[in-house]
Order: sequence, then C-alpha cells, then structure tokens
Amino acid sequence: MAKISLIVNGNPVTANVDPRTLLVQFLRENLHLTGTHVGCDTSQCGACVVHLDGKAVKSCTTLAVMADGHEVKTIEGLAADGAPLHPMQEAFREHHGLQCGFCTPGMIMTAIDIVHRKGHELDDHTIREELEGNLCRCTGYQNIVTSISAGAKAMAKSDLA
Amino acid sequence: MYEFKYHRPGTVRQAANLLVKNEDAKVIAGGHTLIPVMKQRLASPPHLVDLSHIEGLNTIEMKGRSLVIGATARHAEVAGSAIVGEAIPALANLASQIGDPAVRHKGTIGGSLANNDPTADYPAAVLALGATIVTNKRRLKAEEYFQGLFSTALEADEIITKVMFPLPKKAAYIKFRNQASRYALVGVFVARRPSDVRVAVTGAGSEGVFRVEAFEEALKKRFASKAIEGIEVPAEGLNSDIHGSAEYRAHLIGVLTRRALDAANAKG
Repeated sequence: MAKISLIVNGNPVTANVDPRTLLVQFLRENLHLTGTHVGCDTSQCGACVVHLDGKAVKSCTTLAVMADGHEVKTIEGLAADGAPLHPMQEAFREHHGLQCGFCTPGMIMTAIDIVHRKGHELDDHTIREELEGNLCRCTGYQNIVTSISAGAKAMAKSDLA
Repeated sequence: MYEFKYHRPGTVRQAANLLVKNEDAKVIAGGHTLIPVMKQRLASPPHLVDLSHIEGLNTIEMKGRSLVIGATARHAEVAGSAIVGEAIPALANLASQIGDPAVRHKGTIGGSLANNDPTADYPAAVLALGATIVTNKRRLKAEEYFQGLFSTALEADEIITKVMFPLPKKAAYIKFRNQASRYALVGVFVARRPSDVRVAVTGAGSEGVFRVEAFEEALKKRFASKAIEGIEVPAEGLNSDIHGSAEYRAHLIGVLTRRALDAANAKG
C-alpha cells in the first residue's frame, strides 16, 4: 500500500491505496465522488476527465499515486450543494447539452479546460476540434457545442473559474 | 493490472539507481502508453519509477543552433512553446496533433520515444531532423536509436534526459490519422537540412519509423513536390491491417510527402 495526500475539490484527503489504483477508481470508490464516470477505460471517450492541477486529464489513465501532492477537481467541485450551478453546468442545462448524461461530467470538465486555454469567445469549429477526446453516443454534439459556446461567454461574467 | 511498487525519485541519478536495483522496473512519466498496456496485462513491471517530479527534466530551450527538449516535456508544452514555435514550427505542429487535449496534458516526448510505437508521431520528427537522444549515459543518433518495433538502443537502466534537434532550413509534418485512435495511419516528416534532405515515415512500416531514400535522393536536387512525381514507394514491408492495406499505405506515403513538401515550402 502507498500513502497519498492530495487536495480534492478544495479539501485535503489522505489515504492508503494499492499503487495500481486508478485515479478514477480512487475518486469513485474511496471518496464516493461518482460524478466522474468510467466509459471506455482506454483513454478515448473522456467520460473520466477531471482537472489535475487545473488541466483536463483522463483519470482512467492516471494512477492515484501519481496525483499524490497534487490538486484534483471533479464535477462535484464546480459548485457547492444547493448553490447556483457553475455557468458551464447551467449552459448545458439551458441548451439541452445532454440526453442520457453519461458523458456530461467529462464534457463539462473538458469544456471548462477549453475556456481556460482558449478564452471566452469560442467558434464552433474550435469547440468541435477541442472535443476530439470526448465521445457522446446520444446527442450528435450539436447542443453540446451550443452549450459550450454559451457557457464560455457566461464564465466571463462569473466568479466561478 | 498486476501489483507493482511505485517510486518517485527526485533526480535522474536516483531514478537510474532504482532501475539498477529493481530488476524489470519500468520508467513512467505521463503514463499514457504504459498504463493502458499494464491494464491489458501486456506488461507487468514489478516496479514503476516515476520521472514526472524530477525538476528541470521538462525544460525547453535553445542551445546554440539546437532546440533542446527535456524528456518529460508534455505534448501540450511542446505544442504551445514559443521557443519550439519559433525554432521548428513543424515540431510544435506535430505535438499538437498527438492524441487529444487531455492526452497531450500528460504524454511526454521521452515516453513516446522510449516506447517507439510504430504509429507514434515523434519518431518521424527525430529521424527526419537528425536529432540526438541524450540519456543519463550517452548520446545516441536517431539512426542508431530506433531498432524496430517497440525497440530502441536504450539499455535497461538507461533514461532519456533530453532530445536535441538541429534546426532545419525547412520542415513539415503531415499526418493521416486513424479517426478512432488518433494514431498515424501514415505520417510523413520532411526536413531540408543544411547538408541533406530527409523524409521519415511513421505508421506504415512493419519495423517502425523509416526513411524513404528514393525520395531523399530526388529532393536533394530539388526540394519540391514535383521532384518526386512518378517515384513509387514499394508496398513490401509495410503494415496491412483492417485500417488499410500495405498498398494503400504506400500510396499515402507519396501523397503525404508531396503535401508535406508543399507545406514546408509555403512557410518560406
């Protein structure tokens, strides 16, 4: 077992883990943060995307021990329980950017990463290119792209990063 | 995934010592090849030595007439680096096409080269640009470094520390990617170097990255897509699978080389 200490959604966490524990397993099974999903488990679908030190990564292809000493943010960390949604979450709700919802946490974490890197004014082509690591099997992406475009603009006026 | 012990050395020397002490230990940095392979139980190293916390190992800088990229520089760092963009824009462009944004946040140049996947992008750049692979023990020329499928000149306790790229006069990389995996079905890197011209191909060869000497000879006389018209690349020795036949890959090598030449010349 290996002892790890990290910050998850702003809270310090310490745990003993088997070194082969994936970050996504650790989040879901140890911390019960089940918003981060396992889709393909082969780093292609993006359902497991979280932020590691502020950057979008695939938590199915990251070992929990590699996150020792680092900061992780999951979909649960975007807005407090009962508080208004993060502007990107609100945009997905408003523009119907989901059907079954399975890919949505990964889509939203990737979307926020896109805004951090590319700014608040995103054209559709950029959004589609940047979503190449996130797969949705229901919507055909149209409303996801619309949601991200709107969410990016809304983030400019929000205190939530 | 089978059990293993995880190590996080602070220096290259410590990392090398761990490799010596622990037989069959593997180096990990971004983990974007090794972790999937371990999940499939195709690899089961009893020890993992994580290089990603060694300070200064991801430095990108100019040294004289060479661009020097540290082994743990991530694809996103190379793609976004102003230094790389200025020195060898084709290399920044190559890095920006690896995997997807989240993969590029983790994967490293050293990892890609140590693994030498026959469909990886970096080997094409390293071979075409005539780069030098620097390890904790020695310097290896690209030609001697790549030794076939997933095989390199690296010894068991040898660690890549940086890659030195001499600046080309002109260069470009064009990739025909597998739509599902984002790996290169065929990728061609062309470089007009002060002394010669090199054309390196990834994704197509059954022994990994290789150079197309017939193209290079013709391009030495004239560095333009017209110069290689009519020169056929033999399908022999190329990969054939559900994604494309050897003949199709041979055809793509010609098409992509011409596109790469046009792109390299368009940049002036």
